[in-house]
Amino acid sequence: MTQRYVGQAMKRKEDPRLVSGTSTYVDDVVLPGMLYMAVTRSMHAHARIKRVDTSRAQKLPGVVAVVTGEEVAHCGPIPCAASLPNMKRALRHLLAMNKVRFVGEPIAAVVAENKYIARDAADLVEIDYEPLPVVVDPEKAMDPASPRLYEEFSDNIAFNFFFESGNTEEAFKKADVIVKERFINQRLAPITMEPRGVVAAYRMPDNELVVWCSTQTPHGLRTLLANMLQVPENQTRVIAPEVGGGFGCKVDLYAEDGLVGYLAKKTGRPVKWIEGRRENIAATIHGRDQIDDVELALKKDGTILGMRVKAIADLGAFLSFFTPMIPTLTGLLAPGCYKVPALKFDQVGVLTNKMATDAYRGAGRPEATYLIERIMDVAAQKLKIDPAEIRRKNFPQPSEFPFKTSGGVIYDSANYEAALDRALEKADYKGLRRKQGQLRKQGKYMGIGLSSYVEICSAGPSHAVGGGGWEAGTVRVERTGKVSVLTGVSPHGQGQETSFAQIVADEFGIEPDDVVTIHGDTGRVPSGIGTFGSRGTSVGGTAVYLAVQDLKEKMKKIAAHLLESTADKIEFGIGKLLVKGNSGRSINFNDVVTVAYNAVRLPPGTEPGLEATRFFEPSNFTFPFGTHVCVVEIDEETGEPKITKYVAVDDCGNVINPLLVEGQIHGGLVQGIGQALHEEVVYDENGQLLTGSLMDYAIPRAHDFPEFELDRTVTPSPVNPLGLKGVGEAGTIGSTPAVVNAIVDALAPFGITHIDMPVRSEKVWRILKGRKAS
Amino acid sequence: MHVKIKINGKIYERDVEPRLLLTHFIRDVAGLTGTHIGCETSICGACTVLANGLAVKSCTMFAVQSDGADVVTIEGMAKDGQLHPLQEGFWEEHGLQCGYCTPGMIMCSHQLLSRNASPSETEIREALGGNLCRCTGYQNIVKAVQYASRKLRLAPKVAAGD
Repeated sequence: MTQRYVGQAMKRKEDPRLVSGTSTYVDDVVLPGMLYMAVTRSMHAHARIKRVDTSRAQKLPGVVAVVTGEEVAHCGPIPCAASLPNMKRALRHLLAMNKVRFVGEPIAAVVAENKYIARDAADLVEIDYEPLPVVVDPEKAMDPASPRLYEEFSDNIAFNFFFESGNTEEAFKKADVIVKERFINQRLAPITMEPRGVVAAYRMPDNELVVWCSTQTPHGLRTLLANMLQVPENQTRVIAPEVGGGFGCKVDLYAEDGLVGYLAKKTGRPVKWIEGRRENIAATIHGRDQIDDVELALKKDGTILGMRVKAIADLGAFLSFFTPMIPTLTGLLAPGCYKVPALKFDQVGVLTNKMATDAYRGAGRPEATYLIERIMDVAAQKLKIDPAEIRRKNFPQPSEFPFKTSGGVIYDSANYEAALDRALEKADYKGLRRKQGQLRKQGKYMGIGLSSYVEICSAGPSHAVGGGGWEAGTVRVERTGKVSVLTGVSPHGQGQETSFAQIVADEFGIEPDDVVTIHGDTGRVPSGIGTFGSRGTSVGGTAVYLAVQDLKEKMKKIAAHLLESTADKIEFGIGKLLVKGNSGRSINFNDVVTVAYNAVRLPPGTEPGLEATRFFEPSNFTFPFGTHVCVVEIDEETGEPKITKYVAVDDCGNVINPLLVEGQIHGGLVQGIGQALHEEVVYDENGQLLTGSLMDYAIPRAHDFPEFELDRTVTPSPVNPLGLKGVGEAGTIGSTPAVVNAIVDALAPFGITHIDMPVRSEKVWRILKGRKAS
Repeated sequence: MHVKIKINGKIYERDVEPRLLLTHFIRDVAGLTGTHIGCETSICGACTVLANGLAVKSCTMFAVQSDGADVVTIEGMAKDGQLHPLQEGFWEEHGLQCGYCTPGMIMCSHQLLSRNASPSETEIREALGGNLCRCTGYQNIVKAVQYASRKLRLAPKVAAGD
């Protein structure tokens, strides 16, 4: 194979439709006779529902139907895919019955002739509440005396997740120094620019349901909806059209998805629901929300002996699709990219009167990286060791891979030191430290923050993820030689229409323009899992690659037959198949395709056609890694920590398209920096959401950043034939601790050893105001 | 109420409810769905269009306020099958991922370049302060605007609505 396209920064095939405004997102789907749904939501965080009166809503002209909890109770609870030993299955229904447990919980749904009437009618649904005591603080919620969210459970503790590797007691006894700190990973809102949305159309005579949904996982949604709505799965079709961002929050099946399907079935007319931004912040899953008490035991020279983590994961009011699994990933990655011989991880998952948490970009790994990268800096500060050197000292060496960690996973491949060195060199770390010293003498506070991260991608072996870790790909060479790729993953910005075309074009010796990738439609593509956890190319792309290999073998056989050679002597050139060794004998790619479909000159025993489907089951996860360097300067007047330089060196294994990889890193950095500096979902003590609009929930803007300086090291993964590791979450995971480490470093002269996120100007201003630098 | 709004050179005349938002008029009445709605509260900028040459968030205007206006949406940017330099810039520089914020970004950038043909990086970042993107980290959006700025200076007659 000649690599003409893999590795090249090709601009995207997706973009012409997107930049011209001609693409189709869910809200752009319009069907004849379509109705609009609006949802009446709970105003209380915890209350008994005494009465729901829909009569005024029903009477509003243009209203077609109003449903409440009892009517859709038969659809059953919304399933949670994750399972842990002794876990309390705190599930919700499509609509609340008897009681509500968070602000924004759906209580009734209205369908009407247009969206304005639907919204009006939703406001006319009258609900009598009997408010109940609210618990929003997870530590209070753990107290047996606290209000219980579910009467059927003895307490609010949904699960305990505990493991110990090595002997932590001994490690801590032997330690020269023990550092400890409490790290809070605040609650975040994913804020996809396109809110969620669903359209459903039901054809009664055929019992056939078609659903357009802004989802990352169309096949999973199809199975769940089919079961919930009693439509056979093979008569249910889910289409993910253009999806305006996912970041994990569009993996879940939400109440509104089921309601739209139910109402389409009930009314016999298509129904559309598009989430408003306020609904989005209140009732789309949140991320993070974990409190980690971390202790690290070290020798004087900085060698890590052991670590203990006590973690509290605030799960919110119910278990959404992956809710309980996400925080447990923090345990698996808690050792970060260091040798931690002994690890004790003790986590409790707690129910509170807030929206559920689930997978948000990084999903459990940012929390792990944050806690280990922060505690490493705390240790470095205490031991007076340079943060770069304490990291270097504890890295496993490249020869030690695959490396089994005390977190219980096996890192596939890495060279952590190479990425660290590249980042230090690129940032001119020594020069920065010199400059910092000079500035401090002038009373100016600049900080340098490092973060060396490793993360877990390419989910994954099915046995390790509770099932469904594979991905499927079909490749069909059409009669004209054009190639259709049908993938089970469901990209929504990642650019796999382009990267898959690059892979396929190089394998076949054709042009990327001749390859079209079809995705996100259960009626068109093979059964798949979907796009999340940086698995699209490393798992989905591998399935496609394997299907291409099957077709290449078949085409070689046909070419050998036509060229009077043998298949093992045939190779693919550009636009043709040829007999190896300058024989001069070749046949055009398209001629082989014609023979395959014409089926007259096929070798004996060869089936006509050129189509192959492969399922790829990875043998392990992949573990991308890297080092980020962040430089902040503190504005003495306002306390604002201004990022003045950001260097990111990431290793995601082999790269198909560097343009796409850089784009993923840029976006990830901004989301991670957003957590460090700005973002936080805030509920008051009554469970009222105080950050319910984009006015109050601050996502980063263009002027918050300098130009990021990116570089890569390349350590191929042995887990898949393309050597890919995945890159969707790396930027988010690596950046958050780098920023906080930089701010703490800047404030070190004030005796600061830790500062909680989000580090807004006010927090820093209070520190500057209240203390004197030493 | 009766309104007459020109969108991308074509006149749309309808009786509408006084509360109908311009963005819904564009999307639902004119059927031009390239203008996206991201927050309904004029913060995210996804719904940005040009109204009488000014970039406005079309969720913040009522259709009745736009009576008689000359509106340009993303669909009006390409001419004779040729992408506008801004559209080209976003494509060339990978200035988009999911694409949802892109039409608003392009319309807002259009206003910037019509006022300032050679904006600095800082000026671009400041000008896009009212447009949110959750995918790109903004860096390639800045490059896309710089690309268009260069191209428009070479061929200054290319502009929306011309």
